[in-house]
Amino acid sequence: MLHTVNKSPFTNNSLESCLDCVADGAAVLLIEDGVYGALNGSKVADKVKAAMGKVTVYALSADVKARGIADKVIDGIKLVDYAGFVDLTVENDKVQAWL
Amino acid sequence: MSETKKFLYVNRKAPYGTVYALESLEVVLIGAAFEQDVQLLFMDDGVFQIAKGQDTAESGMKNFSPTYTALGDYEVTKMYVDKESLEERGLTVDDLLPLVWEDEDDDYAEKDSIILVSRDEIAALMEEQDVVLSF
Repeated sequence: MLHTVNKSPFTNNSLESCLDCVADGAAVLLIEDGVYGALNGSKVADKVKAAMGKVTVYALSADVKARGIADKVIDGIKLVDYAGFVDLTVENDKVQAWL
Repeated sequence: MSETKKFLYVNRKAPYGTVYALESLEVVLIGAAFEQDVQLLFMDDGVFQIAKGQDTAESGMKNFSPTYTALGDYEVTKMYVDKESLEERGLTVDDLLPLVWEDEDDDYAEKDSIILVSRDEIAALMEEQDVVLSF
């Protein structure tokens, strides 16, 4: 199953709720302001790193680059382009968008 | 020209996800054009507005971050940044755009516009304004 998060983790609890409700093997894709969840060294980074033991975390490269944080992404988070986003929605049977 | 007022623009939203940052910048330029005493404060996700290295080519959006570096030419020379907001986001002042202004009273010396402030200093900063605009 694919989970998407599009809100900043510093202004909204969507990322936290998402990470609390993901099953082993799920995919989490950070998009729009949700990509700030991929920032290394932030106050939510430890929670994201802990989740990476059981889920695969992706971030949309266009949104990461627009925000100037491409060189600060947590190691192990996979950057995907728009085509990769489409692939994830096809590969996964369901999508839960944490708006 | 009518009287000059002290304006503080409080920027608390990340760029691109919503239109607040771009709208604030438009109003800042209007305030500066009317020769008001314009100051900017970046706190919470607003600090991301002046993150350096923004590249919107892949997303197709307009990268408006270079405009912040031009504000010094509009005599906007005070950009306050909340220290705590940077720390919570794993950022330092080195991750921000180099925002400077030229002091014509000091042989056009280039001076830093960014002033790091604490929450207590923000409280005092807001109190000393004539007008506070929130974005």
